Amino acid sequence: MSTSFALQHKKNRLYYALLAGAGLVVLLALYAVDLMEEKGHIITGMNNQIVWGMPHVFAIFLIVAASGVLNVASIGSVFGKAIYKARAPLAGLLSIAMLSGGLAVLMLDLGRPERFMLPALDFNITSVFAWNTILYSGMFGLVIAYLWSMFEKRMNVYSKPLGVAVFAWRFILTTGTGLIFAFLTARQAFGSAILPPMFVVMSFAWGMAVFHIVQMVIYAWNDKELEPEILERKKRLLGLFILGSLYMVAVYHMTNLYFAHRMSFERFILLDGGVYPALFWWGYVLIGNVLPLALIFMPGMKTKKSAMMASLAVVLGGFAFLYVFIIGGQAFPLDLFPGYEVSSTFGDGKIGSYTPSIYEILLGFGGLAIAFIITTVSVHVLNFMPHDKSYIAD
Amino acid sequence: MKDVQRRNFLKTSVGLAAVTIAPGMLLFKVAHGESDDNSKVRWGMLIDTSGCTNGCRECIDACNKENGLSGGLAPTDSQWIRKIEIKDVSTGHEFGLPMMCQHCAEPPCVDVCPTGASFKRHDGIVLVDKHRCIGCRYCMMACPYKARSFVHEPLHNQNPDVPRGKGTVESCTMCVHRVDEGKQPACAEACPNKSILFGNLHDPNSEIAKKIRAVASTQVRADLNLNTGVRYQGI
Repeated sequence: MSTSFALQHKKNRLYYALLAGAGLVVLLALYAVDLMEEKGHIITGMNNQIVWGMPHVFAIFLIVAASGVLNVASIGSVFGKAIYKARAPLAGLLSIAMLSGGLAVLMLDLGRPERFMLPALDFNITSVFAWNTILYSGMFGLVIAYLWSMFEKRMNVYSKPLGVAVFAWRFILTTGTGLIFAFLTARQAFGSAILPPMFVVMSFAWGMAVFHIVQMVIYAWNDKELEPEILERKKRLLGLFILGSLYMVAVYHMTNLYFAHRMSFERFILLDGGVYPALFWWGYVLIGNVLPLALIFMPGMKTKKSAMMASLAVVLGGFAFLYVFIIGGQAFPLDLFPGYEVSSTFGDGKIGSYTPSIYEILLGFGGLAIAFIITTVSVHVLNFMPHDKSYIAD
Repeated sequence: MKDVQRRNFLKTSVGLAAVTIAPGMLLFKVAHGESDDNSKVRWGMLIDTSGCTNGCRECIDACNKENGLSGGLAPTDSQWIRKIEIKDVSTGHEFGLPMMCQHCAEPPCVDVCPTGASFKRHDGIVLVDKHRCIGCRYCMMACPYKARSFVHEPLHNQNPDVPRGKGTVESCTMCVHRVDEGKQPACAEACPNKSILFGNLHDPNSEIAKKIRAVASTQVRADLNLNTGVRYQGI
């Protein structure tokens, strides 16, 4: 009895220590924002060629994963699978937590963060950014209503329709995120209709990976064992999502390679662009795909450990992919005069240079810390632990 | 009774739909500057690249002075106009030209701006409203000409005619403050070879309209169909 009490006491202390640690990261991020406010973006690594940097890598990962994690809830409520239904509340919570973290980073990186409400007030209907303000706030509202319908018995009847609404909304939301890049027609790296579906499929993998990590930590914290059959099934689903997103990324590059005018960009990003091809092949392909696929599908792998490692690898790979996609995509110069060699004082014809500064990295980690705090506190005070009946295959 | 209810329902639905859609349609019209094609004035430029001599920076210096820009060349410094040196890889032919905001009739920066801070005046000049710009830099991502700069540092000693702001995006205004006073943009006035011809593209009797009819002119990245207000001769 006393041992269990001592253990509980230790856990409590650890809980508050973790919260304090995350709080400190948020404070450091706010300090970085304050400094950016005072001195301007000159203290970041961003410039007039690389206009979106590290904060956008963090923010877009969090937002895309926030949409993808809802897959768990959708499989439960839309397709009626019991083991996923039991996990829908946790998926909803993670979605809200990551969306909050991602949006905070995005807003605090603005040149004028105090005007963040303007896109909602001075709405420009042709701007996909403005559409996204509706998509993000709508997602918040819907997921909160969905969580309410699951927790409150009298609201249970609305759980299914709300689940379907969330299912549809998150598809549109990730499509919107992909469209931000798809609409940039003048840039070789972007301006492709494959980007929205590519982001949708990638969101499945990233969201599922984050869900795995959080679920395994929660189970370990509560000294509970996840049924191996359930874990095995979800691990395999993660494997399918990884394959799906790898396929989409392959098609994206293949289509670019087919267009003669995009060949030089592909050569840059896949072969001789220095840090970008290195991150693409080692970070995204090897760590983000080959390693987790091996961990998931190779026979004889221990389920629990391999699922955790595979999920962590997918998250790391996701960050590597976004760094290459967003920053590498801007580093390659615009082609103002196709077929000509150009140079100027403003970086025309030159590969843009970018070294992220500590301030923007701090801001990015601040977003992760916000998501961590929301998740940890909510799991601590409310019942988000999945409750499984004995596993029966659906 | 049922019919009345149905009629009421239909009336309410149509009313609600109208109220919901109308502001959107209105915004759509504003965003696309519907009356612009009929506008009597569309300011533009025709730049004769043959007069753009090697090493000449007169237009750039005039722009910097007029608009209170530092003239710094760091990647974080604003450059509203720059000189691009161009070499035809197959023939070895070399030439240069000034590049700035092309004041498109269909500007991608205006389309993507979430707040409508990027806007096009009825006379075709594309501007940024510094009071509405949130500094998201999406317009910089969307501009095919790399014409925009972000103000990375606090500003001092600004020109009162050309307000700028830290944390906002800016670009060539075609010296709108001068144009509104009936003057030429600073770059056009400063060009020693008179290679930058400024005028009203929609006035058939203007010098620029006559010249555009007479000589072969080019829009940079004409494939994007943006209908630029700045045209080049001799590319």
